[in-house]
Amino acid sequence: MSIMLEVKNVHKIFNAGTINQKIALNGVNLTLNEGDFVTIIGGNGAGKSTLLNAVAGVWDIDEGEIIIAGDDVTELPEHKRAPYLGRVFQDPMNGTAATMGIDENMAIAARRGQRRTLRWGTTKAERAKYHDMLVSLGLGLEDRMTSKVGLLSGGQRQALTLLMAAIQKPKLLLLDEHTAALDPKTAAKVLEISDKIIAENHLTAMMVTHNMKDAIAHGNRLIMMHEGRIIYDVSGEEKMNLQVSDLLAKFGEASGGTFANDRMMFV
Amino acid sequence: MLFEYFASLNPMALMRALPGNVAQGLVWAIMALGVFITFRLLDFADLTVDGSLATGGAVAVVLIRMGVHPAPALIFAFIAGMLAGLVTGLLHTALGIPGILSSILTQIALYSVNLGIMGKSNQAINVDQYPLVASLRYVTGDPSTRTMFFVGLIGSVLLLIVVLYWFFGTELGAAIRTTGCNPNMARAQGISTNFMTVLTLMLSNGLVGLCGGVYAQYQGAADVNMGRGAIVIGLAAVIIGEVLFGKLVAGKNFTFAYTMMSVCVGAILYYMVITVVLWLKMPSDYMKLFSAVVVATFLAVPHLRAKHHHKKHKAKGVVKA
Repeated sequence: MSIMLEVKNVHKIFNAGTINQKIALNGVNLTLNEGDFVTIIGGNGAGKSTLLNAVAGVWDIDEGEIIIAGDDVTELPEHKRAPYLGRVFQDPMNGTAATMGIDENMAIAARRGQRRTLRWGTTKAERAKYHDMLVSLGLGLEDRMTSKVGLLSGGQRQALTLLMAAIQKPKLLLLDEHTAALDPKTAAKVLEISDKIIAENHLTAMMVTHNMKDAIAHGNRLIMMHEGRIIYDVSGEEKMNLQVSDLLAKFGEASGGTFANDRMMFV
Repeated sequence: MLFEYFASLNPMALMRALPGNVAQGLVWAIMALGVFITFRLLDFADLTVDGSLATGGAVAVVLIRMGVHPAPALIFAFIAGMLAGLVTGLLHTALGIPGILSSILTQIALYSVNLGIMGKSNQAINVDQYPLVASLRYVTGDPSTRTMFFVGLIGSVLLLIVVLYWFFGTELGAAIRTTGCNPNMARAQGISTNFMTVLTLMLSNGLVGLCGGVYAQYQGAADVNMGRGAIVIGLAAVIIGEVLFGKLVAGKNFTFAYTMMSVCVGAILYYMVITVVLWLKMPSDYMKLFSAVVVATFLAVPHLRAKHHHKKHKAKGVVKA
């Protein structure tokens, strides 16, 4: 089994030297094997989303290395890392282009990592392929392929974004609280689709969530972050037997009992 | 007194002005399409336009005076405009200067550049000496010249729309539209938003430069001030087109082509409105003020309409908080 992601001693400080200085990542080390699906939990400001953004290259890290599938991407800008990654964001508006059609959005994603040329942007052949992919979502989007994505609901947009993330098989799928903005029923549906897409494409994935039950129920590995560090890393059988109460205890231990007001409490 | 005022208005004068308005509107439509590309597709308010229009005019006129045929001179006007767009793009992307400020800096700098190109503030070209591609004289000339000119002008603008329709349908064009719509998503999909921004500014200002080259020929001179307020005219064309035809063209096949056509019609209507206002004897000194008010009004309409709509629904309890 090959190694898909290596995060080595990554540090990131926002607003360094100012009154708003915030140590976001404080020496994070993480290695993901191919096919790992890791869920990431932690309180607000623990560094969960920051870690995903560091991997995605949204900004430069201060120290450390990021290696995806053997390639050192530490110095690569965001758009050059995109070929390695599929990304779904917390805000459903973020993952798609609202004023463009469903088919156009998929065509954009299908060309991730390729040169954009003067060939026609969405061909007939690929439209047929997208149609079938949309059918598999079971949301009826295949009948609205030329509709503007802005007309879709949040859940539909997240499902589409997932599909787009997998359309060019990424080395790593980054799910950044991608169900947090959805109602519980839709969130469950989107999670189900996530599981399906990850399984079908044998993807390596990282999923940030605030929901501890989800974090336990999904994936084969779970990490907990606190103050910019990974404080708990569990996988295999131990993870499967994990209870929410275990996580709360673990978190209480790490934060010295200051978690009472935290969003971690909302299970 | 009111009677005297109305009696002094000559309907025939208005009619006679009509072909000139249409021609002028069509020429400016080229620029309006450029403004449409940055303002609507890239979501970038590019004020470079006021400078690059005159740059295009200056380059074309100077080349024509040097003996270059007026048609190929337009290619150089296009390239000159592109270079202006390149500067704005690099100021913004490579040097991190806010977009609107980058474009203002280029615009100001171009004033000197344009003076340098022409050697003075105004350079004339006489239609009797050069085979110009456009001229006011063709509009007022004999019917066959006039017909030829209009067919050529309308054909050129339509051809431009076809080319732009094709371009924005390609992978590259789609990447530009994505950049304008959602830059974060664009980067996540591997699109270099910086490159797309620079490319779009170059294309847009290329069209503006081309328009400047045609317009300088049309009016028989390039002037260092010919682009002053051009951005407002471009925006007016875009917005008039959208407000009047937006609903009509939405959701059809080739919507994008129709949208560009409505921008061109918007440019023509703009000149008609200006002519009517002048015909009603408004002092021409107030024209810029009037233009600004027209653009502000049309820009405000969608906003106010949405607000009003929201209020109405809120009263009925349809919209929550």
